[in-house]
Amino acid sequence: MADKRKYVIPGDVVTSGPFRPEQNVILEGNDIISTVVGISEIYDDSVKVIPLTGKYLPKIDDLVIGKVVSHTSLSWELDINSCYIGFLPAMDVFGRDFSTHSDELSSKLKTGDLVAARIANFDRTRDPLITISDRDLGKIDDGVLVQISTSKVPRLIGKKGSMIQMIENGTNAAVTIGQNGWVVVACESAEGLSKAKKAIEMVNEKAHIANLTDLIQDMLNEKDES
Amino acid sequence: MGGRDATMVLLDENGIRCDGRKIDEPRKIVIKAGGLKNADGSAYIEFGDNKILVGVFGPRDVHPKHMSNTDTGILRVRYHMEPFSVGERKRPAPSRREIEISKVIKEALEPAVMLEKFPRTAVDVFIEVLQADGGTRCAALTAASVALADAGIPMRDMVAAIASGKVADTIVLDVNNEEDQAGQADMPIGYMPSLKKITLLQLDGVLTPEEYKKCVDVGVKGCEVVYELQKKALHDKYFGNRSN
Repeated sequence: MADKRKYVIPGDVVTSGPFRPEQNVILEGNDIISTVVGISEIYDDSVKVIPLTGKYLPKIDDLVIGKVVSHTSLSWELDINSCYIGFLPAMDVFGRDFSTHSDELSSKLKTGDLVAARIANFDRTRDPLITISDRDLGKIDDGVLVQISTSKVPRLIGKKGSMIQMIENGTNAAVTIGQNGWVVVACESAEGLSKAKKAIEMVNEKAHIANLTDLIQDMLNEKDES
Repeated sequence: MGGRDATMVLLDENGIRCDGRKIDEPRKIVIKAGGLKNADGSAYIEFGDNKILVGVFGPRDVHPKHMSNTDTGILRVRYHMEPFSVGERKRPAPSRREIEISKVIKEALEPAVMLEKFPRTAVDVFIEVLQADGGTRCAALTAASVALADAGIPMRDMVAAIASGKVADTIVLDVNNEEDQAGQADMPIGYMPSLKKITLLQLDGVLTPEEYKKCVDVGVKGCEVVYELQKKALHDKYFGNRSN
């Protein structure tokens, strides 16, 4: 397990010695130097820094929420809150026998629609390729979009999904978390919706507090009584 | 430039300079990270009487498209002085001097930022000088590093910058406007303290080889002081009063 957590900024020496540099660190001589503002974690043989700021960088197999910005005759382009545009080929939605003559792309997804998607492929030479052909993926019909900081997504999910489960159970809302910091909350009751939204915003603002789980639990219970 | 006081003593017999500083003492420096909501990263610096605001955007799409590079991200820097930043109104259009300083700052930041992680994108740095009093390029470079770190752009190290120079035949740290006008030499230095690498070095004036070496040493020591303040600014924003 990780130990010796440290607050670091670019240029700080995290540690020295025979460690494998992982995310957001570089090896300079014998020193491991952080490249971002964040929290360093030293494992048995490797070192990484969890960033506290910065844009979302697509990673293969990440679940993201995308917003359709435009389409060509063969594909949609999605804003995925990153420096790159998500590329969703029409074949992925219509299936193998897609033809530009018989199928109209705007019949399935229109500009402005929200989509739950998975990053299928991404490398530095091309824009990320995304897919919606999987269970629970596809167009999002109802819900409210909440934007949080990318670096706080793991905190919102919690250990083994504990935080998000607590929010879902406490409000009866269905929450879809995109790794890109976009979260969709859907709930039958307006009260549950606003409460879940408030809880997510609270995690975003107070992510650094140690007993955040208790704080959120209190907030969820509190409203029930009134 | 301006009404220079011919009788002004740049360095008195006790080693005190015209604004009351010792020869190796920088002006008062205050750095604040963040502050601009719409920029991805920002910083504000007060470097003596210099007041500079920096906003950073990106990584983001490159427009115009032909400027993008498929191998790496690109860095674009705009250094701009407000019309009210100096005694007499400065015309707001970019001057020859501003274009040059933009380029110099861009080239001083490039060794630090790791834009090869973001091919086909651009990072834009906007520097606005609200008040100028000598040494704006160093102050701007210092603030730009903090703003880049605030934006979460991966960096090998932050660039700290300060000018040293020769005034009244003495090597001094942090040359102010009066000393710059009446002094003998002015040497802005940008330095990455953790990597011990110099990214910016200019010299305006004449120095002997010994004076040159001393000037660089004094400047590098000054940069280390500035670096601590940069680190403090980021610590204050992200970690508050929590310590390691």
